[in-house]
Amino acid sequence: MSPWQVSRRRLFGLAGAGAALAGAGAATGYGLSAAAGPGTGVIAFRGERQAGIVTPAQDRMHFVALDLTGTDRGAVGDLLRRWTLAAERMTAGLETADGDAVPANRYVAPADTGEALGLSAASLTLTFGVGPALFDKLGITDRRPAPLAELPRFQGDRLDPARSGGDLCIQACADDPQVAVHAVRNLVREGFGVTEVRWSQLGFGRTASTSTAQATPRNLFGFKDGTNNLKAEEPELLDEHVWVGAEGPDWLRGGTYLVARRIRMHIETWDRSNLDEQQQIIGRDKGEGAPLTGTGEFDPADLSATGPDGPVIADDSHVRLASAQENGGVRLLRRGYNFVDGSDGRGHLDAGLFFVAFVRDPQSRFVPMQRTLARSDALSEYLEHTGSAVFAVPPGLADGDDHWGRALLA
Amino acid sequence: MSPHPRTAAGLASLALTAAVLAGCTSTAPDAGGGPGPITVTGTDTACEVSAAQAPAGTITFRVTNAGSKVTEFYLYGTGDRIMGEVENIGPGLSRDLIVEVPDGGPYTTACKPGMSGEGIRAPFTVTGSVARSTDGDARLAEATAGYSRYVASQVGELVPKTQEFADAVTAGDVEQAKALYPVARTYWERIEPVAESFGDIDPKIDGREDDERDPGVPFTGYHRLEKDLWVTGLQPDSPAIADRLVADIGDLADRTTTVELTPVQLANGAKELLDEVATGKITGEEDRYSHTDLWDFQANVEGSQAAVAALRPVIDAKDPALGPVLDERFDALDTLLQGYRAGDGYVLYTELTPDDVRKMTAAVDALSEPVSKVAGTVTA
Repeated sequence: MSPWQVSRRRLFGLAGAGAALAGAGAATGYGLSAAAGPGTGVIAFRGERQAGIVTPAQDRMHFVALDLTGTDRGAVGDLLRRWTLAAERMTAGLETADGDAVPANRYVAPADTGEALGLSAASLTLTFGVGPALFDKLGITDRRPAPLAELPRFQGDRLDPARSGGDLCIQACADDPQVAVHAVRNLVREGFGVTEVRWSQLGFGRTASTSTAQATPRNLFGFKDGTNNLKAEEPELLDEHVWVGAEGPDWLRGGTYLVARRIRMHIETWDRSNLDEQQQIIGRDKGEGAPLTGTGEFDPADLSATGPDGPVIADDSHVRLASAQENGGVRLLRRGYNFVDGSDGRGHLDAGLFFVAFVRDPQSRFVPMQRTLARSDALSEYLEHTGSAVFAVPPGLADGDDHWGRALLA
Repeated sequence: MSPHPRTAAGLASLALTAAVLAGCTSTAPDAGGGPGPITVTGTDTACEVSAAQAPAGTITFRVTNAGSKVTEFYLYGTGDRIMGEVENIGPGLSRDLIVEVPDGGPYTTACKPGMSGEGIRAPFTVTGSVARSTDGDARLAEATAGYSRYVASQVGELVPKTQEFADAVTAGDVEQAKALYPVARTYWERIEPVAESFGDIDPKIDGREDDERDPGVPFTGYHRLEKDLWVTGLQPDSPAIADRLVADIGDLADRTTTVELTPVQLANGAKELLDEVATGKITGEEDRYSHTDLWDFQANVEGSQAAVAALRPVIDAKDPALGPVLDERFDALDTLLQGYRAGDGYVLYTELTPDDVRKMTAAVDALSEPVSKVAGTVTA
């Protein structure tokens, strides 16, 4: 932790001593974003866009999808207001409410669960979205934009309903796993009576770069993943491919859609494939990450190049089938994470990629690409899609008392 | 039984030091001020109460069961706070309910033929109020005294019901014993935190086969007999185990006459009962041989509601927003559970689907969060 980072333990100590620092935020819970800035470990919670999309991808993720337990719009609006208060505080490295982890009255069940005391904000971002089924439940069917619909079944899908769908989602990303888990746990707790957890997913290593300042990470197949990802430094491309424009409803304009796919990787069989086969399947070399037609990672892939046995980058290679050229120019902002959820009870690791992508329209942009990949990608032999969800992610919150879902439920 | 009996033992010492609070309600007005007993005639379909109102003070209801089912009679306050109840009134019998009601306001009477469900309800108005101190300590004292009355009423049923169950075991009447097992446990499960406050009794009465015991300490209590009845068949020592259970319940009954829980213990007891549901009943762990877990589930929730209801005047005085949330969540859970009724009881745990269990978990979580706020609220 840099000396500039704010530690929860230190704040707690100050609060106990009656200092004003922690209390100032607690009075309203708003206006804490002022603490954000380079080197502070605090990512601004409010702004034009929600944090956690083009924010440089943090190392860890805890993602949760929740269902509404009732149909009372007022109760949901009230929860979203409370969630926003707690979320903004936690992203600033504070307890959910001032002094709540160790309350003065020892008979009070601590409101903040406490495991993040002493930890920094760790670049925590909390990104909020709404799922397709929420609209009917709350009697606002007419506000659901058409692209917000569950994805069709793709070739080879083995979706588990208990890992799919959801009325609401919260994506927590941080550089410290405990900070991300603390955030999700406390928001889930706040939601009891209005929401219940439908599924949640931990991710331990980012598989994408969302900034040119970040090196390209590797997925569990050992390959660099997301070399051609959209980046924060490409605002015009983001406007074209990620942010919802005039085609969307007011409450979503400037926001985006989140597509989540839990992709189990059969790493044991993959690991027995020889290097050449692995590289042919991906379409890149394993060491550098260069396309098979180039020598550097960021060399453009020449999909038309041919060798003695046909195309250098095979017709069924992942790079070709996922490329913008092969998908009508469509690009995604990918922000996925590796996962290992223990083992499968049959002697193999339950490992894979929790694929998260932000896209301007999931139906017209993601679905055709995924349909192609599911049918033709040589990599599919090693993959099994076990979860799927789509959420609309509203734009960022204005300063003041703006809160999650306000424009949608107004 | 709690998975952490150490904390239960800790509570016991607290409980005994709190007994001084018990005397605070002895200043209630005497019965002579009232106009004589109000008669209640219950049948299988009706509940005729001879008066719909009474002045504040001590009110006596003379309840006669003119129906064919065993019945019970309740007087409820706000939030179904039990002001008083009389249970197990057989056909043709009469019993008195003497209840102290110091505050005027709306109340509800209810007969429950068959001893289940919401009962046949009617509004009942108490007029005026009797002089009493209105400071917070008095309210708390009244809460603990009110809960003591509840414990006494439950123990009053637990003892004979357990005796009937034990008699059936001793007589070798397996079907009768199986029918009585979840009934007797209902009264136990409603007041389990009180029993757990005596750390040494709970393991004897409600221990599980796989609990760790000191060398030479046998597996006894309800669950030993449950295993005999449902799995292994009655054993040569089953009657002795039944006798032992009756003796342990008698020991519990004797000790509860002196126990007075503090408001914090009451509030924590309400929370612990829901924890019991979450860890023991929703999982099917508690009644692993008979699968009658939903009986215990309902009883735990009723016990939790009784403890919260006893504290209700204190809660309402300190956080007026909490009570309505508690009402709503208790109602929602009760409505859900009523959907699993079968005859006089409940469907077996083994008949539940994963989706049923998920719904129950959500309803218990939804209730447990506001219940967990009660202790902090009443001590604020």
